[in-house]
Amino acid sequence: MLPPMPQPAPLVLDTLQRDTAALLQEWFVELKAQGAGSDHRISESEMREQGAELLRVLGAAAETGTDVGAEPWRPVREFLDRMSRSRAVQGFSSSETATFLFSLKRPLFARLRARATDAAALGEATWTVTELIDRLGLHTVATFQKSREEVINRQQEEMLELSTPVVKLWEGVVALPMIGTLDSARTQIVMESLLQRIVETGSEIAIIDITGVPTVDTLVAQHLLKTVTAIRLMGADCIISGIRPQIAQTIVHLGVELDGVTTKATLADALSLAFKRSGLVVTRAKA
Amino acid sequence: MDRIPILRMGDFLLVTIQVDMHDQLALTLQDDLTAAIQRTGAKGVLIDISALEMVDSFIGRMIANISRMARILDARTVVVGMRPAVAITLVELGLSLAGVDTALDVERGMRRLRDALDEAGVASADHED
Amino acid sequence: MPITKTDAVPVRTEHDIVLARQQVRKLTQELAFGLVDQTKMVTAASELARNAVIYGGGGTMRWEVLADGARRGLRLHFVDEGPGIPDLAQALTDGWTSGSGMGLGLSGAKRLVNEFELDSAPGRGTRVTVTRWK
Repeated sequence: MLPPMPQPAPLVLDTLQRDTAALLQEWFVELKAQGAGSDHRISESEMREQGAELLRVLGAAAETGTDVGAEPWRPVREFLDRMSRSRAVQGFSSSETATFLFSLKRPLFARLRARATDAAALGEATWTVTELIDRLGLHTVATFQKSREEVINRQQEEMLELSTPVVKLWEGVVALPMIGTLDSARTQIVMESLLQRIVETGSEIAIIDITGVPTVDTLVAQHLLKTVTAIRLMGADCIISGIRPQIAQTIVHLGVELDGVTTKATLADALSLAFKRSGLVVTRAKA
Repeated sequence: MDRIPILRMGDFLLVTIQVDMHDQLALTLQDDLTAAIQRTGAKGVLIDISALEMVDSFIGRMIANISRMARILDARTVVVGMRPAVAITLVELGLSLAGVDTALDVERGMRRLRDALDEAGVASADHED
Repeated sequence: MPITKTDAVPVRTEHDIVLARQQVRKLTQELAFGLVDQTKMVTAASELARNAVIYGGGGTMRWEVLADGARRGLRLHFVDEGPGIPDLAQALTDGWTSGSGMGLGLSGAKRLVNEFELDSAPGRGTRVTVTRWK
């Protein structure tokens, strides 16, 4: 935690608060020189609005001091958070987002030079402004990273749900066809959604089909077993189908105990058993 | 002291747990249920835990105890409505609740109790000759 | 590790156990833990709070909301000045899967959390620290 900074010199305040329309203009000259405004992801007018808003809250906050972590600087931080999140969603990179802020330095320094009365004051003020913009820039980048992570996490979850849907095979029978290699995280999420669907559909039989799973390790085997136990605890039952010979071997090798768990070679066999347990009989219609 | 109400439905007793129980409340329920089974001669007990967001080892033991005591008094117990998150946690906790019968909801629980009673009725009818 | 929020509640009576559970539920919800993770943490808290009340003669639960870079977590410290646990190894073995044993439930609670620390000795009281990360 950096030490708090005292109220900035009048020179700095003056630069940030006086004639902000002109400052905004000079800032955008700088931004355009770097290619902003010709970007299809955000319109120039939208960028200008954001710039004006930032200068407004910046000027107000600077009145109280330069500790950007303090309460009076909240509007600035929140503005930067909003801006940074929307940039992340619009597809900008973190450096593009930070550049928006950093390019404010040049016009600010130009103003300081024009208004300073002595070298010492200019040096002091330049340092204050640099530190201020740098800290805000860091905050922006940090928020940006976090937003990107959130987007990625959400997308991952959605992909997981889509790739392993729970299907209702019949009244009271649901099936979970698992495909591809199973990792611990994926298995857990998928199992939770299976349990949830069992409750939602009131299904007393769940079939977990692992025909499409090439290998199973100890962790996954244990997850499968825990899922079967949980399903039983809830008052339903579970059949595991599609265990290939290789997987059967692995399970025996690993010493995983499968007693009490009903297994069937194919999903069709499992469905047949499910019907039997439900007291259902399939007959061929008379021709 | 507050108590969890026990409803009578024909040959069965129905208990719906809807509060976050403190230990004493759980113990009181255990006692009340046992007394009620004896008093009414109930043949089945349905414990509805669909409102419980958590079942720890204490509540788990209470459920197992009720099931055991009911059996001694010739009644069957079915626990219904366990939530997925609770089931997963119980498995992780290592609490097996062995010997406790479960069903997805009250309706299915009733059916299970009735089926068990019918079976028992057939068995005792067989014995009578 | 930066602690963004912290407080402590007493766990002296069985009502305190319920309050501790509710506090942990609230915190895990604020941290946006998934439902299963919430339930695991609340259940672990219930086990450990009960231990403090019944075996520890009453104690305290201190909770800490942690921020480690991007990830956030919840840490709970259960401290009591009770008799302490004579045999830690035994206390951590599963002794009550049938549901009939009296066991301390420590091994079960350990499986519900990401990090588990136990510090106890006869005459020195007991301190159990558990952590779950989002």
